[in-house]
Amino acid sequence: MAKIKYIEHTGKEHVVDVKSGMSVMEGAVKALVPGIDADCGGACACATCHVYVDAAWLTKLEPMQEMEKTMLDFAEGVEGNSRLSCQIKVSDALDGFTVRMPKSQH
Amino acid sequence: MGDSVVIVGAGQAASQLAASLRGESYQGTITIVGDEPYIPYQRPPLSKAFLAGELARERLFIKPEEFYTEAKCTLRLSTVATAIDRARKALKLSDGSELTYSKLVLATGARVRKLPLPGADLPGCFYLRGIADVERLQDFFKPDKRLTIIGAGYIGLEVAAVALKRGVKVSVIEALPHVLARAASPEISVFYEDEHRRSGVDLRCYVRTESITQSGGALAVNTSSGIVPADFVLIGIGIVPNVELATAAGLDEDNGIVVDQFAQTSDPSIYAIGDCTNHPCAYASTGRVRLESVQNAIDQAKHAALSICGKAKAYNEVPWFWSDQYDLKLQIAGLGAPDDQIVLRGQPSSRSFAVFRLRDGVIAAVEAVNAAPEYMMGRRLIAARARVAPERLADKAIPMKEIVQ
Repeated sequence: MAKIKYIEHTGKEHVVDVKSGMSVMEGAVKALVPGIDADCGGACACATCHVYVDAAWLTKLEPMQEMEKTMLDFAEGVEGNSRLSCQIKVSDALDGFTVRMPKSQH
Repeated sequence: MGDSVVIVGAGQAASQLAASLRGESYQGTITIVGDEPYIPYQRPPLSKAFLAGELARERLFIKPEEFYTEAKCTLRLSTVATAIDRARKALKLSDGSELTYSKLVLATGARVRKLPLPGADLPGCFYLRGIADVERLQDFFKPDKRLTIIGAGYIGLEVAAVALKRGVKVSVIEALPHVLARAASPEISVFYEDEHRRSGVDLRCYVRTESITQSGGALAVNTSSGIVPADFVLIGIGIVPNVELATAAGLDEDNGIVVDQFAQTSDPSIYAIGDCTNHPCAYASTGRVRLESVQNAIDQAKHAALSICGKAKAYNEVPWFWSDQYDLKLQIAGLGAPDDQIVLRGQPSSRSFAVFRLRDGVIAAVEAVNAAPEYMMGRRLIAARARVAPERLADKAIPMKEIVQ
């Protein structure tokens, strides 16, 4: 279990308890946090669960797989701290993890 | 009486429609009528991670139950819609009650195509469409059990990959000369045939299934190339749209419920969305298409919501699909046609390549295997009706980002 903070592009914050083993994307969807579409449901096929990761956390995450890297490379509004939230697995170590959502996923 | 939307079907399209209606500040009541006992869930993982036992059932649900409560969306589950009374704008239900509507949305989806052969209904023969189907099938997924799959489409091949991983012995019988024949170009089909054979699947293409019989405690699938013994059989020969409710009410039907670019049927009070619809599509060579995909369910639902809320916008999204088999991710955008010019980018032997399909010089579709740049850029190029010289597309030395001159 970890507390994950989701910040909408408007600045509105949501702190959600997410079970270990779930993805950061699922944590948001299950808690009805807006701003993450996740059309494909977590198959790394659509790039509609794009988030910006708090800088302090970037190095603490498992490195990106090639598929995520390339999907992001072609998504809109990508920055150096962009990730696909369906590919970040939640564990106790992620307690306090913070992500910001882009204005749009399309 | 106030405004009300009644949605028939409780799948991906229904769930998205409820979310989009509230997102567009729709103020009326929303009711979802579904014949399964479950709140809307994702079907794509059924033949992948869910079947593999890697994804718990709760993780299939598209939104948690609280979403429907908060959205003031009433769920009428385990309930069948039996008839539409268009004159009275009322939907009759299997429990004898009825719901009146301002707008009715048919999101009835599709059901499995039954194999019309002797023995196809024997115990041990399965189809795969819903949660219950997978849960029944899983009991048979034990090492050294013999599974024979009839049909080498996405469902058949995805199940084959999962079964092999679980130690099941797998045979696949396909009536057409190639696997994925309806879904992809021959280059992709041949690649997947090699992959499945190399992984240990006994794949038999261009083989006709004639009957299934019981012999001892096992089954025998009798084919034009001999008998294939099996402990259990999965039939995956496609799906047929659920149109009967619509046709009984006199709505136009043609391989799906006929709708316009606003998802409206021939009755302006009735919409249809998702797998059950035949809709205009600029990316289809024939101008109209019926799609079986999450993308279409989601996007058509969004457009129906806009139309119901008086903000109609024509639906014109690029279709996209994916399939996971072994460590291969197949991503497809656009729609192919038989006479497309085929351009291969990368070598299939590298297990990362793409097939571009050009129609009159315009990129009409891309089929990418472990090749996300080709897929993502391809999607944009298809939407832009881009023309790219075939020799540039084929040249891996030119990055996809620089492919357009």
